[in-house]
Amino acid sequence: MLEREVWQRLAEVPDPEIPILNVVELGIIRYVRLTGDGGAEIGVSPTYTGCPATEVIHRSIRDHFRSSGLDVTVKSVLSPAWSSDWIADSARNKLRDYGIAPPQHAACIPCPRCGSHGTTRISEFGSTPCKALHRCNECLEPFEYFKCI
Amino acid sequence: MTSGSAVLIEASSDIKRRYALQLGDTSLILAQRLGEWIGHAPALEEDLALANIGLDLIGQSRYLLSYAAELEGRGRDEDDLAFLRDPADFANLTLVEEPNLDFGHTIVRQFLFDAWQLELFERLQYSCDPRFAELAAKALKETLYHARFSTGWLVRLGDGTEESHRRMQGSLDALWKLTHELCAPSDTDRAAAACGLAPDLATLRGSWNARVERVLNEATLRRPVDVAYHWHGKRFQHGEHLSRLLAEMQIMQRSYPGSQW
Repeated sequence: MLEREVWQRLAEVPDPEIPILNVVELGIIRYVRLTGDGGAEIGVSPTYTGCPATEVIHRSIRDHFRSSGLDVTVKSVLSPAWSSDWIADSARNKLRDYGIAPPQHAACIPCPRCGSHGTTRISEFGSTPCKALHRCNECLEPFEYFKCI
Repeated sequence: MTSGSAVLIEASSDIKRRYALQLGDTSLILAQRLGEWIGHAPALEEDLALANIGLDLIGQSRYLLSYAAELEGRGRDEDDLAFLRDPADFANLTLVEEPNLDFGHTIVRQFLFDAWQLELFERLQYSCDPRFAELAAKALKETLYHARFSTGWLVRLGDGTEESHRRMQGSLDALWKLTHELCAPSDTDRAAAACGLAPDLATLRGSWNARVERVLNEATLRRPVDVAYHWHGKRFQHGEHLSRLLAEMQIMQRSYPGSQW
């Protein structure tokens, strides 16, 4: 299997908590190294140090390649620390369509449902380590925001 | 005959292990305390916040205790260290084993701790050991969120009603004596600083104080007077609080050794 093919197959592995995103567009795959003996080492960064999804992601990647005959080793890579800036542009639109405001370096977070800029932060912490809770002052819907980190 | 350099390498690996244990235990014990709030916090948002902060701390702790276990080389792993050690083997800061009491008390403890962890990680990311440097750089980003949460609540409750102000001041007065240990070097801290593994804690005290005093002012809280009396959690000396906490945290592994989810 070529390195390019490994990347393609990695793009089929969904994030367990936000399944509309795959692990490649989430920006957590650091490298793919073919080891020459028919194996590959894949470097994966955790989004948050304590994120329970990390282990599920490692397992999903190994499971995904099991049928392909490629012997995959997953390595956890901490440095440089993962940044939400590494989320692909395509993924930002998907997040918005899914109802989650994508991370942005701006004071106000537009509502992913109605697009209004009048929103309020309810809580800096949400259902997963990577998200915060906001509410739209226009359509009054609560929504999740993928935090900048 | 042992060569000089071999002795040096061995010593530094032991210092790394002790330092990893000190930081890892501190994060673990505070995570367990914060976990006690799950289902009990005043509002759902605060419940989520405390649980999320605890989760980040567990992440730090897993990383550090795995490293400590690896350096120890006795075949133990992070779970063995967390669930099968006795209180006298824990090197956590005394501040973090302090019971939650009420939400305000938890916030004061968290604020004092977050301010310290920010100062520590800002410096530890330049550690000569990449394992510590990487973790500090990663965790620093998360700690900024923790500090924003605890600072926000400290100001809101300190500068809140007469009742909330009184209770926050009471908690601050009660916890202050335990903050001495944050920047008072243990033998491990000294050894770690001497070989470039960790920052010199003396350099933290000034900036920790400045950070804390700025927020206390805003929260209309009075900075308590420093007292000579202090605790020695980092030197493995603990009170009864840690024993009770560990009894609850470790009961599954103690009762059913080797059990898995």
